[in-house]
Amino acid sequence: MALLEVRNLRVEFPTRRGVLVAVDDISLEISEGEVLGVVGESGAGKSMTGSAIIGLLEPPGRIAGGEIRLEGERIDNLPYEKMRRIRGAKIGAIFQDPLTSLNPLYTIGRQLVETITTHTDLSEADARAHAIDLLSEVGIPAAERRFDSYPHEFSGGMRQRVVIALALCVNPRLIVADEPTTALDVSIQAQIIALLKRLCRDHGTAVMLITHDMGVIAETADRVAVMYAGRIAEVGTVRDVVKHAKHPYTEGLMGSIPLVGHDVERLTQIEGAMPRLTEIPTGCAFNPRCPKAFDRCRTERPDLLQTDGATQAACWLYDRETAYV
Amino acid sequence: MSELATEPLLKVSGLARYFDVSRPWLARMIERLPRQTLKAVDGIDFEIAKGETFSLVGESGCGKSTVARLVVSLYAATKGTILFDGVDLSKLHTRTDIAPVRRRMQMIFQDPYASLNPRWRVADIVAEPLRAFGLEADDAARRKRVDELLRQVGLSPADADKYPHEFSGGQRQRISIARALSSNPEFLVCDEPTSALDVSVQSQILNLMKDLQKRLGLTYLFISHNLAVVYHVSDRIGVMYLGRLCEVADAHDLFAKPQHPYTRLLLDTIPDLEMTGRERVPVAGEVPNPINPPTGCAFHPRCPFAEDRCRQEAPVLRQTESGLAACHAVEEGRIPATEAVTPPQLP
Repeated sequence: MALLEVRNLRVEFPTRRGVLVAVDDISLEISEGEVLGVVGESGAGKSMTGSAIIGLLEPPGRIAGGEIRLEGERIDNLPYEKMRRIRGAKIGAIFQDPLTSLNPLYTIGRQLVETITTHTDLSEADARAHAIDLLSEVGIPAAERRFDSYPHEFSGGMRQRVVIALALCVNPRLIVADEPTTALDVSIQAQIIALLKRLCRDHGTAVMLITHDMGVIAETADRVAVMYAGRIAEVGTVRDVVKHAKHPYTEGLMGSIPLVGHDVERLTQIEGAMPRLTEIPTGCAFNPRCPKAFDRCRTERPDLLQTDGATQAACWLYDRETAYV
Repeated sequence: MSELATEPLLKVSGLARYFDVSRPWLARMIERLPRQTLKAVDGIDFEIAKGETFSLVGESGCGKSTVARLVVSLYAATKGTILFDGVDLSKLHTRTDIAPVRRRMQMIFQDPYASLNPRWRVADIVAEPLRAFGLEADDAARRKRVDELLRQVGLSPADADKYPHEFSGGQRQRISIARALSSNPEFLVCDEPTSALDVSVQSQILNLMKDLQKRLGLTYLFISHNLAVVYHVSDRIGVMYLGRLCEVADAHDLFAKPQHPYTRLLLDTIPDLEMTGRERVPVAGEVPNPINPPTGCAFHPRCPFAEDRCRQEAPVLRQTESGLAACHAVEEGRIPATEAVTPPQLP
């Protein structure tokens, strides 16, 4: 049984001008200790999926359909208090901006101890010892001395380390990391990715890694789901998706990334931009930009289909009945 | 006159810009604090030839954007000179003196949401330089030029009557480019033009910039922190660290034979999209506070090759086998032959 199972999840935003569908009928699974990358451009719905799983959708956003199961138990319809217990204890979260995920008025030590004592039976003193251990584990030098420092006294990279310590402090089964390295400089980014990878391996924690950066995914994830306009366009192991992408969107996306050592005069470009949520085309959402679109793509929406490669793609090219077109 | 042809379009020498970041006077007196200066750019030299793309890379706070602003005289230099086509920019004081030079250089900014006035129509935004430099006198001619510019950047003339909020990030960056091109400049300073954009849109903008360079013979100063983007667009690259250039080389040489230890560190941080299974060795440490930079070579606290000399004496750019590098260890041959980041194989 998968650790996390998302079935037909639908996230909606009611607005005055009608209902916007940010996440449209997506299903995914994460096994124990697995790193699932979720990649997509802005507005693809990747962060919404993450927020729905940790139960922190900003109102008026709401889960309008489907279910989310953690260790077999439904967590999408829990009352707030119950969900709060699960969040932290079983699911940890890491967000993009480490400054906003820490409380500026409390020392980092206090924030760690509070989290630990809330979710475990440890005494204050034991929690403190555990917190200091964690801080040195995430690579904060002189952890004992920095324990009583405030978030503003740390640099961006160090703050993100504190956030990782905070996410890991009660040994959750799953961590949802939403753009954990985007706000950081490249050399720090490499440090944080290596750290996250090592810690999750050591603790056996599964990770849902949400990012727009294919490079981060390629280095960290086991499997990857590519999202486009609220749906999963393609899913497979990282190697298959990166090297042998089958969905025309993934193909275009991979070609549009400049690579060191590849001397190309022009990058592949996908014409146009991702549609706004108010203007999602009928049929396959990618059809107006797709070089391979045919009639069926404009009318009927594809679900994930087994491709001729190792991945699954939501593309009619891989439907056996229309493949000859 | 033949030497004029080899004269660089832009020549920057000893350029420095210091910012006063002291506390207010009263606070300083009470707490007996000295004045504090931030040396954002601290003596850099480079040249850009006509038609070339020169890039500056570095992490945040290294001073690359300050250089961009100095070059287009949005900041006045504290020290040093900037020669644009032989004209010393610091010698130009009146508006009428500056205007002819200003017309020939334009800037594209990072954030297409902040760099376009939300209350102006696209036509007015794109035509602003035309009005400022008095280039197209009557409305009809100006409108015709705007239409032509919009078409050139892949938008339609009908977009001229819209407002910026009606466009996506990539389209807005196209509007910025159209505005920058309207005064027929030869030189564009691009400060992180694609870092606010999604990858698929980034590739559209990079392709557009390359096409325009070819068609109009433009010269670019390109500022970015993304090494893969820099590799793709540049002819030559300068690597900056804490306000100084630590290495300057041709794009290929820089990536194939990096000399300076900081360049090697940066190259090692490029995410591996080729799935070679290479484990990145993250380098410890962070960029130090620029208000209080380390003595000697600013990189020495993070450098595996640092010695006493590095801690005391700031290195200057010297010729190496592939370009210029400011490093005592490279000069003394203390660094093992370049362990190039293996260039990824084509799939």
